[in-house]
Amino acid sequence: MANILSQDTRRAAGLLTPAYLWLTVAIFLPLAAMLYFSFLSDVPFGPEADWYYTSENYRAFFETGTYASLLWKSIKLGLTVTVICVLLGFPCALVLAKVIQGRSREALFLLIILPFWSNSLVRIFSWAIVLRGNGVLELAVNWVLPFDIRLGLMFTPTAVVIGLVHSYLPYVILTSYLALQAIDNSLIEAARSMGAKRLTILWRIILPLSMPGLLAGAVLIFVPVVGSFMEPRILGGRFGTYYGTVIEDQFTAVFNWPLGAALSFILLAVVLVILALSSPILRNART
Amino acid sequence: MGVLGCIWLVLILVFLYAPILIMAMMSFNESQFYQLPFKFSLDWYEALASNDAIKTAAIRSVLIAIATTVIATTLGTAASIALFRYSFPGKRVLQVLLFPPIAIPWLITGTAMLIFFFGIGLGRGTPSVLIGHVALALPYVIVVVSARLATFDPTLEEAARSLGASSWTVTMRVTVPWILPGIIAGGLFAFAVSFDQFVVSYFLSEPGDATLPVLIYTSIRKGFTPEINAVSTIIIVISMAIMLLAARFSNFGGDR
Repeated sequence: MANILSQDTRRAAGLLTPAYLWLTVAIFLPLAAMLYFSFLSDVPFGPEADWYYTSENYRAFFETGTYASLLWKSIKLGLTVTVICVLLGFPCALVLAKVIQGRSREALFLLIILPFWSNSLVRIFSWAIVLRGNGVLELAVNWVLPFDIRLGLMFTPTAVVIGLVHSYLPYVILTSYLALQAIDNSLIEAARSMGAKRLTILWRIILPLSMPGLLAGAVLIFVPVVGSFMEPRILGGRFGTYYGTVIEDQFTAVFNWPLGAALSFILLAVVLVILALSSPILRNART
Repeated sequence: MGVLGCIWLVLILVFLYAPILIMAMMSFNESQFYQLPFKFSLDWYEALASNDAIKTAAIRSVLIAIATTVIATTLGTAASIALFRYSFPGKRVLQVLLFPPIAIPWLITGTAMLIFFFGIGLGRGTPSVLIGHVALALPYVIVVVSARLATFDPTLEEAARSLGASSWTVTMRVTVPWILPGIIAGGLFAFAVSFDQFVVSYFLSEPGDATLPVLIYTSIRKGFTPEINAVSTIIIVISMAIMLLAARFSNFGGDR
């Protein structure tokens, strides 16, 4: 054995094994276990466990329509949040990369991505404080407007969208900014000197060149939003039932783990398809 | 475009920070029902100091985050050095394998861990939470340390080796000092990933020994009090401070 493997390979294996063993035990084996579980009729723990192999958990998804429509609802939520993030974030990244210069740019960039790395649960909670009935936002609006108005935003789908946009907006700003920064300014200068209008420059040069970064940001937002459950729970109230919250219920309230595993796996399949489709783009964006 | 653009940027910043600032402000407001006008008070922070459930959860969260940092940084740095220094078959696959823990929604990883840890008899509890946190933090450490290693000149290692240094000496005396800022940044990322982690902790922690974010989540669902604002404000200050430090060490966001 030792003779077949080169010395380099053995040294590398020694350094790599602990990390990858850990990832195997904590990520890859659990995913395999979940796949196995999704084909069981009941939890196989304990001496008197009563279970058999079945595809009923997947049939529940494809035959009843309830779960499929919730998944579609979550995908629509993902699309909405992604589009809003791109529309808000791309101009912001453009200003940051091409208008603002010097040290203030660094500081502003850090200021924008800082919330992204802070606690997401706490940030969603902060929106609950802002949006609640008679909360700060409603008071502020009523102070400005001459008539009384009740926004009633808390516990609505809109509140869920606002919270999720707040959570993921820095992602698309980050990836777009990195792509925009790589665009050579002399290219834009050349176009301008030849009489190109601002919109033409944006449409024909800046947008195509920054597309990989923009799309990478979009994928990185869409994927976690489809699987979100904490945000809809806190901000959505009784409108907060999404695919993610149903999976959460299977594990924490209903205790139908095999069904939860099947639903999780279907979500994983959707995520993997999206990641596979976008992997050429993501690879481009990283360089 | 310049002025309009800058206004846009400011509006985005307001959108990002206003709710956090309002939440922080409310933690200093006297009224239990978030009523205005604002009256300054430290009551909620005093209430925190005598809330044993929150204090225990906070200590548990910090300890788990420290353990995660130590383990993930050690294993991650070793792996990064191997990925940088040696060429061997299957290296590309190993690099790609770092992607799933970052890209797969935590809901999926968390529930999968729950199933597996029950299957092997470990069940819920702090050890399971720690195993999960380290796995989530490892890819971040490897990515950050590898980025720093990319700036390292491998001929320095050869020079040391040709002068008779052993492999261990080369690593500890030449390579590690050079990539130390990357290791520190990676460690801070690992701390932040663990300290802020909610989803995986939520599925893996026992009701009796929740981490701080899990405790906050369950209290929010029961109805919220300014006490939660107070502890949330402390958390957000800590996690932002850690990320500022990490940014300093990794040169993140600087002109590249």
